[in-house]
Amino acid sequence: MHGVMDSSKYKKIRDAFGATVLELGEKYPDMVVLTADLMYPTRTDKFAQKYPQRFIDVGVAEQNLVGIAAGLATCGKIPLVADYANFLCLRAGEQIRNDVVYTNLNVKLAALSSGLTFGVGGPSHQSYEDVSLMRALPGLIVIVPSDAKETGEAVKAAMEYNGPVFLRLGRDEEKIVYHDEFKFRIGKAITLKEGEDVAVIANGPMVAEAVAAAEMLAMEGISAQVVNMHTVKPIDQAAVFACADKAKLIITVEEHNVVGGLGSAVLEVLAERRSCPVIRIGIPDVFPIIGPTFELREHLGLCAANIAAAAKKHLQSS
Amino acid sequence: MEAKEAMIAGLEQQSRKIKCHIVEMFNAAGHGHFGGSLSCTDIVTTLYFGGIMRVDAANPKWADRDRLIISKGHGAPAAYGALVEKGFIPQKWVKEYETLGANLSTHPNMHAIPGIDISAGSLGHGLSIGAGMALAAKMDSKDYHVYVILGDGELAEGAIWEAAMASAKYKLGNLTAIVDRNFLCVGGSTEDVMPVEPLADKWQAFGWRVVMIDGHDFAQIHAALIGSKAGGNQPTVIIANTTKGCGVSFMANKREWHGHSISEEEYSQALAELRGDCKCTE
Repeated sequence: MHGVMDSSKYKKIRDAFGATVLELGEKYPDMVVLTADLMYPTRTDKFAQKYPQRFIDVGVAEQNLVGIAAGLATCGKIPLVADYANFLCLRAGEQIRNDVVYTNLNVKLAALSSGLTFGVGGPSHQSYEDVSLMRALPGLIVIVPSDAKETGEAVKAAMEYNGPVFLRLGRDEEKIVYHDEFKFRIGKAITLKEGEDVAVIANGPMVAEAVAAAEMLAMEGISAQVVNMHTVKPIDQAAVFACADKAKLIITVEEHNVVGGLGSAVLEVLAERRSCPVIRIGIPDVFPIIGPTFELREHLGLCAANIAAAAKKHLQSS
Repeated sequence: MEAKEAMIAGLEQQSRKIKCHIVEMFNAAGHGHFGGSLSCTDIVTTLYFGGIMRVDAANPKWADRDRLIISKGHGAPAAYGALVEKGFIPQKWVKEYETLGANLSTHPNMHAIPGIDISAGSLGHGLSIGAGMALAAKMDSKDYHVYVILGDGELAEGAIWEAAMASAKYKLGNLTAIVDRNFLCVGGSTEDVMPVEPLADKWQAFGWRVVMIDGHDFAQIHAALIGSKAGGNQPTVIIANTTKGCGVSFMANKREWHGHSISEEEYSQALAELRGDCKCTE
């Protein structure tokens, strides 16, 4: 997967993020962008050039990054923190919890380079706990967009919303899910394909894999529904129930530890109201080996072929 | 000079009243952070009653108000007492301190208490938040000032120094940190647990204007706070040498009284000492 990727099929997440941030600067005069020496890697440099008075770089100091954002928000600013997911959630976790979420301040937390999207960086720079941690904070909105276009839409929706939002974002090229305009609403899952036999509920870069898995299954006569659960919290309960009522099996797919993320959120919903077998595909509670993102995903089973295989195996044995 | 002497005398009386509120709160709960609440009360009193902070009890969220952050959140009862005296919150909250669902508790909640500008409790957060508030004022060309009260034990938190660097970088002359330098933390002397000296040199090296005062001398507190308002392009830190448990003889300079229970006898003696010649509220 090295080298140039086909731009008709792949788009860079960070570029979409940076372009959206730049665009929103005009719409929101109170918007302030903050980084911890990651202006270029988060592609917020164009915003910084255009709005130097509304750009804060605190150096490599994530706790201070989130604390300053909280202080700005108490004074009516709309801070957007652009950082890498693991540094943001883990190093500044307490500032997020106490200073942003407990206080319910209007801070947007953009956590880039999440999951395995910096695969060669290794566990120090990867992030597979962030959704689990952020989901446990009362009242925090947790969004995991699937591709470049949805990243932009999610950032726009977060800015529109009044309150703290966590945006789990990727890094480099991801498969395009949305070629055309579409409607993004926080907390409202998007069904990308209808199906009867199995429902695949995915988010982040795994949505594209789910779509591809459904195509593979269709060739074998298995009909799969694909749901993009871009908002993990609050989760779209009705969408989960609808899947459980129709399908013989639900498969959740996420680029995150299987502990505490999307799969867990779906199980929590189902445990109270419905019974439907669920297979959770994700990082199997290990620190993965190092490797280029797409190869690493495949190695861990975070790919269309494995989703399709899991569906087939279950449906044939039941 | 007479007017100034009268103001100083007034501040002293006011501080005694606030200290009485603190003891009343902790007595209602049966325990409290006596040491660090009493050590910063003279400073908090001067901020609210020495003509330093621009606030309005009728409009606690006034956008142009000065801000106060009790970064050493366990010292918030000093602010609670001041907010009672200022008319921000009702006096009956004092007796309800730490009861189920109470507005006033060990650490401050901005959404429950009018006049509290940010929730606090976990140490090391307040200076960053204060820097954010001061940055917002500069962005909006507003002239409000931000005050942050830091504990000296709290200075072991790395995030304080992250914020110190950023405040100098962004030339936050509208930000004043006040270090409640009582030389004691939970485990004993700050200089044994984690030495913070040479403290003035540290702040100076981080780009701050440093003022050293006696944190119980109202004339010195007042002068230092007035001086810090001038601001300019540099944040100010006031290192206020204080006595933990100031005002109550058996608590003063006692490590154990950082957080302590209180008996009926201790309560009576504390109040008697604090009331002195003033008539504190019942």
